[in-house]
Amino acid sequence: MVGNQPEKEHPVPAFGLAARDQSGVLSPFNFSRRATGEKDVKFKVIYCGICHSDLHMIKNEWGTSTYPLVPGHEIVGEVTEVGSQVEKFKVGDRVGVGCIVGSCRSCDNCSNSIENYCPKMILTYAGTYHDGTVTYGGYSDVMVCDEHFVVRVPDALPLDAAAPLLCAGITLYSPLRYYGLDKPGIHLGIVGLGGLGHVGVKFAKAMGAKVTVISTSPAKKQEAIERHGADSFLVSRDQEQMKAAMGTLDGIIDTVSAVHPIMPLIGLLKTHGKLVLVGAPEKPLELPVFPLLMGRKIVGGSCIGGMKETQEMLDFAAKHNITADIEVIPADYVNTAMQRLEKGDVKYRFVIDVAKTMQA
Amino acid sequence: MAKSPETEHPQRAFGWAARDPSGVLSPFNFSRRENGDEDVTIKIHFCGICHSDLHSIKNEWGIARYPIVPGSCDYCNQQLENYCPKMTFTYGSIDRDGTPTYGGYSDIVVVDQHFVVRFPDSMPFDAGAPLLCAGVTVYSPMKYYGMADGPAGKHLGVVGLGGLGHVAVKIGKAFGLKVTVISHSPGKEGEAVGRLGADGFVVSSDPLQIKAAVGSMDYIIDTVSAVHVLTPLLALLKTNGKLITLGLPDKPLELPIAPLVLGRKLVGGSDIGGMKETQEMLDFCAKHNITADVEVIPMNQVNVAMARLAKSDVRYRFVIDVANSLSK
Repeated sequence: MVGNQPEKEHPVPAFGLAARDQSGVLSPFNFSRRATGEKDVKFKVIYCGICHSDLHMIKNEWGTSTYPLVPGHEIVGEVTEVGSQVEKFKVGDRVGVGCIVGSCRSCDNCSNSIENYCPKMILTYAGTYHDGTVTYGGYSDVMVCDEHFVVRVPDALPLDAAAPLLCAGITLYSPLRYYGLDKPGIHLGIVGLGGLGHVGVKFAKAMGAKVTVISTSPAKKQEAIERHGADSFLVSRDQEQMKAAMGTLDGIIDTVSAVHPIMPLIGLLKTHGKLVLVGAPEKPLELPVFPLLMGRKIVGGSCIGGMKETQEMLDFAAKHNITADIEVIPADYVNTAMQRLEKGDVKYRFVIDVAKTMQA
Repeated sequence: MAKSPETEHPQRAFGWAARDPSGVLSPFNFSRRENGDEDVTIKIHFCGICHSDLHSIKNEWGIARYPIVPGSCDYCNQQLENYCPKMTFTYGSIDRDGTPTYGGYSDIVVVDQHFVVRFPDSMPFDAGAPLLCAGVTVYSPMKYYGMADGPAGKHLGVVGLGGLGHVAVKIGKAFGLKVTVISHSPGKEGEAVGRLGADGFVVSSDPLQIKAAVGSMDYIIDTVSAVHVLTPLLALLKTNGKLITLGLPDKPLELPIAPLVLGRKLVGGSDIGGMKETQEMLDFCAKHNITADVEVIPMNQVNVAMARLAKSDVRYRFVIDVANSLSK
């Protein structure tokens, strides 16, 4: 179906970077935002983090992308206008928007503040808004969003390093709470030391856990321990190390989205241990049933978090000085950044300096 | 040099054992240890036939040590002894004195008192025997995974209507849950709903029925031990739903991850129950008049029973009338 004319759809001119097709190459894109509704918050985007999901989506790797596609769901900025019924925000506030911009607001999940599990949740980009228009994300100069889906970025957090918390941060914080892996003294494993993993180490340490990073790359050991504060490091391909660590972990958060074996991870768990996956490999994984039964272990999943919890996560991060480790880039570097991201060549999140470098 | 089963211990015992992976059971003379200070010697009246017995005698899990006298009708647990890395199985294990354990398809058994439970007076021996494995196997995860916590009206799906499944329906209903049986056999609906008291029935091989039930269950207890697909079962769960698997397939299952992530769902395991919990389960069942549905057989029919069990041709547990039919 041929557009919708992005520039004319709405009254407020907007500028951003969009992918036009499955090549995923991003290029300048003129479009528009809706007028600030009664419950809407309009803000100038200052920074936007680059999440690995953005890379999957611009290339249509999940088969759900529609073009043109403006990615970006780790968005922070400053409020420029609020609707007449907005209660939580005022002009000048430091705010953020994460992965969702709408939900049905009436189902059990929405009522329980887990809008992220609402069957009708609306994604920040490549989704369809209530008015039938396509949602465009944060690789752009301005955002208009319902206040329910806007969070306050605490003053104690620098905007650029806080941006990735809106996706990576909540993606780790939520399962640590839900699966009871936030108790002081527990021994937690984190698989993968990328955008998600490195933030996970910080949250887990702040919650009082002993943290072991589990990775395929021995080269990451030094950073894991010296820079991120992990207590130990396991090379998952090293059978002897893995064997020695069997039955030592209360929980594991697995951030890896590639297909990989989970049997060795289940073996690392103590009785009653919990393996929680936050990446979704595209093929089913092999589940060995004996170890699950013999140790009464679980394998569960988790996907971002609800709005209430996202705010709670930011407040927790402010209290414990947790931010992402970032590389700030200008808007015209974004395609190079995507290529580097594909190879895992970033420590540990790219953040686009939108306010200073993204202009029509 | 190992002693023979007959001379290993001072008390003579007689039972039926499998000698090899054919699984054929035949008369077997062996012996039981002297009744120690902490021991209880039990004359066995009845012993249930559990599907695990069938897996074991045919060495389907690859860990068999023959001769095997199956039968865990007098299995016992407190706390979490069932997750102890050094737990001794009623049969097929090596006991602390280094001798193999022989199970309940036999005339007597000698057991440490800690691992013996009291059988409620109001509970018939024959119909109660299967609770010692099947009963606690479903009761324990219902407690551990919060199914009995309320609020009222939570919805449990039970996959498979066999020895475990039919007891799960009864105990689930006694916990105040709405229960739906999920089965590949449409023919079982009458039993499930009419006789066992289930609230609903879904034919797992019917995509339309599965679709109609998507996102409707808080929990699923999966009793199926054959390799099977988890995807449709996960779809039946609500957000935060829990799929608890109790069967022991001989190969890993395929686990799709997207449903877990997108619905914050989990797959968990559970293995029988501890001693305290087994006693609690028996007392709960006695209070709610819950027993297994059994077909009592004499010992010399045990091989026929195994063949029928392999085809799921039993409603819903065979129980061997040991005391009356085990003649030397």
